[in-house]
Amino acid sequence: MKLQINVRNVVVALVALGLLLLPLYSAATGNIFILTLFTRIVIFALAAASLNLIMGYGGMMSFGHAAYLGIGGYAVGILAFEGIGSGFIQWPVALAASALYALVIGALSLRTRGVYFIMITLAFAQMAYYVASGLSRYGGDDGLTIYRRSTFGGLIDLSNRVQFYYLCLFCLFGGVYLIWRIVNSRFGMVVQGIRSNEQRMQAIGYHANRYRLVCFVISGTICGLAGALLANNTDFVSPAGMYWTRSGELMVMVVFGGMGSLFGPVIGTILFLLLEELLSQFTEYWALVMGPLLLLIVLFARGGIMGLLGRVGRG
Amino acid sequence: MVDPLLRVEKLVRRFGGVLATDNLSLDVLPGELHAIIGPNGAGKTTLISQLTGQLTPNSGAIHFAGRDITRLPSYRRSRLGLARSFQITSLLPDFTAADNVALAAQAHDGHSFRFWGAARREKHLREAAQAALNRVGLARRGDVPVSELSHGEQRELELAVALATRPQMLLLDEPMAGLGATESARMVALLKELRQEVTIVLVEHDMEAVFALADRITVLVYGRVIASGAPDAIKSNEEVRRAYLGEQHAVTSHG
Amino acid sequence: MLVLIEQSLNGLQFGLLLFLLAAGLTLVFGIMDFVNLAHGSLYMMGAYFAATFVAWTGSFLLGVVLALGATLLLGIALEFVALRHLYGRDHLDQVLATFGLILFFNDAVRLIWGPAGLVLPLPAWLTVPVQIMPGVFYPAYRLSIIVVALAVAAMLYVVVMRTRVGMLIRAGASNREMIGALGINIKLLFTLVFGLGAALAGLAGLMQAPILTVQIGMGENILILAFVIIVIGGIGSIRGAFLAAIFVGMIDTLGRAFLPDLLRMVLSSAAASTAAPALSSMLIYLLMAIVLVLRPEGLFPAARR
Repeated sequence: MKLQINVRNVVVALVALGLLLLPLYSAATGNIFILTLFTRIVIFALAAASLNLIMGYGGMMSFGHAAYLGIGGYAVGILAFEGIGSGFIQWPVALAASALYALVIGALSLRTRGVYFIMITLAFAQMAYYVASGLSRYGGDDGLTIYRRSTFGGLIDLSNRVQFYYLCLFCLFGGVYLIWRIVNSRFGMVVQGIRSNEQRMQAIGYHANRYRLVCFVISGTICGLAGALLANNTDFVSPAGMYWTRSGELMVMVVFGGMGSLFGPVIGTILFLLLEELLSQFTEYWALVMGPLLLLIVLFARGGIMGLLGRVGRG
Repeated sequence: MVDPLLRVEKLVRRFGGVLATDNLSLDVLPGELHAIIGPNGAGKTTLISQLTGQLTPNSGAIHFAGRDITRLPSYRRSRLGLARSFQITSLLPDFTAADNVALAAQAHDGHSFRFWGAARREKHLREAAQAALNRVGLARRGDVPVSELSHGEQRELELAVALATRPQMLLLDEPMAGLGATESARMVALLKELRQEVTIVLVEHDMEAVFALADRITVLVYGRVIASGAPDAIKSNEEVRRAYLGEQHAVTSHG
Repeated sequence: MLVLIEQSLNGLQFGLLLFLLAAGLTLVFGIMDFVNLAHGSLYMMGAYFAATFVAWTGSFLLGVVLALGATLLLGIALEFVALRHLYGRDHLDQVLATFGLILFFNDAVRLIWGPAGLVLPLPAWLTVPVQIMPGVFYPAYRLSIIVVALAVAAMLYVVVMRTRVGMLIRAGASNREMIGALGINIKLLFTLVFGLGAALAGLAGLMQAPILTVQIGMGENILILAFVIIVIGGIGSIRGAFLAAIFVGMIDTLGRAFLPDLLRMVLSSAAASTAAPALSSMLIYLLMAIVLVLRPEGLFPAARR
């Protein structure tokens, strides 16, 4: 695949460069707030990119992706609470727990299609939410404070803002690269083929649901990583973080940026969270604007930002 | 007498109270081109769907290459060498023609749980795809997205996809549907070549094509076989004439 | 025993409320192929309208009737302004757009009524306990919910099964192309059905209001329960929605009431009080998972397209 120079790729390159250089800007201006904000943005971008893998490439409209954020986060939080502070244990557990949850939920949900699938992933994520609320040892409804961030044996210090930011950014770029490889691999071709025409893929010899399920698990695992990062970022996990509106926001980020485009979810997340930040500086009632805006985007700007940029490039 | 490649025994499929397949038995010998004809609503597509595994019969059995495949899901049948084309063109519209064929080749080339290497760069898959495209006369159209191919080209691509799975048997559901005269002639010529290599079951409305191609013909009416035999025998069969009376493609007009 | 009767009635009452919500959702989905997340917002608006109008007029009944009308109008306006442009679009588009509406409604409510939530006080005549069996008393208000919801369910049944409009609705749920072919004013039918669904959601919201507080986000939890119900019952099926709603209402209520004691028999008291609330919330989703494994199309699928 040759890299083409067009509007879309230039924008992607600029955004990536901007993310890389952001700590320099923050250090130069002494603006710590922007680093904190973008750490959050980068983590959510990873979650959105993982959702895009199943939504954009796999055609599976999961409305329960916040559950993985919660599971990854609780894995870190609970282990820390029980005195296991090493990230070398916490993070693999976070990934494994997310993968296992995705495997069970996926195996059940993938028996259905279309809107049933949307509702069922939503319902299962709510179930996870209630389970978290029921964990009275770990704070129940009130959530669990993490007093110490994951340690990596002196390799990296997560309490250092800049180091933590770069770790998150590394995970994001690594995640997007992984998804890029997957999408172009044999496996990715099959998954996209199934999105396009399931019956045809069955007829030429593919067991569609097996591929779907594996894709679903990969996506959930990546999102679990985002959950582990998020818990370290906020030093806190709570059921509220896996409430269904969070899943909805992740979907919005993906669609904002452009479903099925590799870097789209990253740009969508940046836009969504910046917009939220900006609006909430003007008014407490930012959703009064965001809600109708969402409606308008759905009605008039399908394909999201990446779609628009693509059109600019061609025009 | 050779063993049949495909053996259908007393197949029954009901939809509500309607018998769409009524105690149907059928043998297809290796190497032959076996046509299945019948008036609209005779249950031809229902039969094909049961042969490929989209539908499960209520009773009866289907044997392919000596194996009972009655309850096998369609992807397993494809692996055994049973390929189909769809009556209404069913391709991957947002992929290129070559991608469509390469995916079919990939399905029969080890497993596809490979997550890292770029599939479009796997040389032997591309070559297999190109070979199948050449076979059906789409040699230069590989890079064109399916949605931009003409209807006739899409029908040919359907065949290429089926061929790329390296089948023992092709089930073709109305490959001429919607084709113009020139395109039809090309398709007939193509099928004449293919029949040298692979066993074909052909469901078709175009009687001219059927009688030009078939070794044997089976006639379905209301889900039952009313006649089966060589084309000449079918032409002169009284029951077939009666079944087709009033139908547009009267057999007699060709006879 | 007394507790069991009382809790069963509570379960029935909750199930019937859920049915009112699920009926609108399943009708709208069945006929227009439209997923409306904002259905929960209409439920919330019904409750807020009721609290407001009852306070204004000083009369419970008058306020409730006004609130019902207001929700109906709001639903029709919503359909007219925004939602009708989403028919025939991807389900994902519909989900996202109506998700935007939820955000909007939540903040609009916060702006108008403030973040604190409201209380809808009951008139004295509805607070007395009624003797329903010798020695068994049940609050009059909860009893009246059961009566009203059953009456509405019966009315819905008559409308859907016995009238011309109902025939069109049923035809639409099983075969969407057909109503187009019949030369019906589809736009009008859709608006009517949507308004009906909105009114049902509003009714459920305003009836629930005196039992719980009226607050922002009250429609969201119950919306997801309604989704679970129509998945269990089969999308587009009123009968399925009814049975599944009663079932879910019972399980939820009885689970919450009795599970802690049941668990205490096998677990330590502390462990039981931890596990019980989570488990009773999970029961419903567990039920849904079982139904899905056995019948992916729900228990009573409307005739498939």
